[in-house]
Amino acid sequence: MAAGISTAHSVVEPSPLVRRIAGAVVILYALITIVPLIWIGLTSLKSPPDSISYPPKILFEPTLEGYCNLFTTRSRQTAEYLQGLPAASGRCEEIARQRSMVVVGASNFVPRFWNSVIIAFGSTFCAVTLGTLAAYGFSRFKVPLKDDLLFFILSTRMMPPIAVAIPIFLMYRELGLSDTKLGMILLYTSVNVSLAVWLLKGFIDEIPREYEEAAMIDGYSRLQAFVKVVLPQATTGIAATAIFCLIFAWNEYAFAVLLTSGTAQTAPPFIPIIIGEGGQDWPAVAAATTLFLIPIVAFTILLRKHLLRGITFGAVRK
Amino acid sequence: MAEIRVEHLRKAFESFVAVEDSTFTVADGEFFVMLGPSGCGKTTTLRMIAGLELPTSGTILLGGEDVTFKRARERDIAFVFQLFALYPHMNVRANIAFPLKCEGLPGAEIGARVEEAARILRISHLLDRSVSGLSSGDRQRVALGRSIVRKPLAFLMDEPLGALDTELREAMIHELRALHDRLGATTVYVTHDQLEAMAMADKIAVMNRGIIEQFGAPRDIYDRPASLFVADFIGQPSMNLIDFRASLAPGASELALGGARVAMPELRMGCPERDLVLGVRPEGVRLDDASPLRGEVFGAEYLGTTQIVTVTTAHGAVRARLPASLKVNAGEPVGLSFRPEKLSIFDRASGRALPSALHDIPYAPRPSSIKHAGGLHG
Repeated sequence: MAAGISTAHSVVEPSPLVRRIAGAVVILYALITIVPLIWIGLTSLKSPPDSISYPPKILFEPTLEGYCNLFTTRSRQTAEYLQGLPAASGRCEEIARQRSMVVVGASNFVPRFWNSVIIAFGSTFCAVTLGTLAAYGFSRFKVPLKDDLLFFILSTRMMPPIAVAIPIFLMYRELGLSDTKLGMILLYTSVNVSLAVWLLKGFIDEIPREYEEAAMIDGYSRLQAFVKVVLPQATTGIAATAIFCLIFAWNEYAFAVLLTSGTAQTAPPFIPIIIGEGGQDWPAVAAATTLFLIPIVAFTILLRKHLLRGITFGAVRK
Repeated sequence: MAEIRVEHLRKAFESFVAVEDSTFTVADGEFFVMLGPSGCGKTTTLRMIAGLELPTSGTILLGGEDVTFKRARERDIAFVFQLFALYPHMNVRANIAFPLKCEGLPGAEIGARVEEAARILRISHLLDRSVSGLSSGDRQRVALGRSIVRKPLAFLMDEPLGALDTELREAMIHELRALHDRLGATTVYVTHDQLEAMAMADKIAVMNRGIIEQFGAPRDIYDRPASLFVADFIGQPSMNLIDFRASLAPGASELALGGARVAMPELRMGCPERDLVLGVRPEGVRLDDASPLRGEVFGAEYLGTTQIVTVTTAHGAVRARLPASLKVNAGEPVGLSFRPEKLSIFDRASGRALPSALHDIPYAPRPSSIKHAGGLHG
């Protein structure tokens, strides 16, 4: 709150040599991290023979075969049958004809991808909403057994998820939640809500109570004060928490494999299945992975300003 | 505008009693200051008047209406926080307009009243600025603007100048008092700074450990402290407190301190032999070579026009406020005499002052309070 007090340049500047070394380390780390991603992107544009050639090809003729194979199902036909067909309509049909196949329909990738979007964003929304309200309650009110409750909430994250996989599987089967979007949203919400409560409690603790008290004296109810005064100041924390929750729900594999197989299957368990269809189709897998990365990257870039402040929360005093 | 009555107010946090049996009345239009060290219960009392804390027992009347257990938003009061509590996601105009938005007033009226409040506080040029770029003095004015814009029954202020530096604080003391004189609204002001209290208050309540030690006009509190705590807390430097043991008859106007006879205001009530304390302000102490009360100069603190000279005597150290021109040397033997009319006698055990001629005259309230005609509240 102290205006006019400059906090900039209060830290000793590192020497140029240290800065250069630090810069080099960061660039090296960024390269190590990004090379697999670039490799996946390149593989998605290769033809199947190029993708498994040895030594690996850096320069190759790009093709959309991987993406076509990802979005379609094809069947192999005899040469006579293919000759009897009219000219190929569309790029994917052309590519399929070259491999002695015809496109017979759309693959399951798009519905699976949508499942991922609905389940990940739905569970993130639920976890952040519940987490914000719970964190506010824990931060502002006298809750009986507050510390025990908070520890209990944290303790749900202590065991590996696979430890509860079988009970949850049996429970979901009894309740008819197996292979439903609702079931997956509930599951990911319950896993994420503990993280959300703990992260958001830290943020809300940092917002002085005086703001709400001022609003309540000014004639607002507590709920109005929460919406008009607390939420706008907690956006950084909410954004950071949402990203963490989304990344978990988006990437989650173990429960998705166990609990979804058909209508509610998410992208992570679907992608490995692609390999099995008609030989090892690495370009299709790479194409699926590339597309799978895009939403989370976009969401993170969208909220990156908040995320940076969110990760360093508590370290910087206003 | 309204009178505030607090009756037998008590607040306990589990085993800790923050406020004990507090009873006082703030008259309509009065500037009332609660003064005391941190943890004395002054802020808790203020928060109970605001409705931010609920009392354990007791009654709070605002303009004759019992508001003891009403929510903060149902009491027509404004509160100024120590750290201003300006909403950082709104600009100055939105901050000041925030309480009016809640009342659902038409936009034009909100605009007009915000402009008026800003004009009174001379912050019209800042209305469209973000609050985060403001100096602390301007933030304080915006916080005041937010409270006056609603024309509430009473203003409650919790150390509103605590976060300002000394120079600005002195300027704001004058502004706040002028604002109060202009608006004429009942104000309850909490501070631990006696200079703020003395400079602004019509009435002061000195609090300690949840109890009101003394309630009165600033002069009352300074000239005739009701208890040892008040005597020690008020004044810079504080009152000299000299222990002695005696029995005093009603009507006595002299006491024996060692071999010396000390004149004092005539006692209205006597007491059997017990431990007593003589209280004398440093400005009531003079150097007097003829006095049988002897001591030795320990040192002097130069304050510009005056100096505080500390003299060690057989009864402990005594501080005297003397003209700075007077030459004193450390180690020099001196005699001391006390101006009799402002002496206080306290009972050591109870800590309370013995009633004397000092308490006969009722003090008039703040003489310098100039009421301006007109103003925001008409």
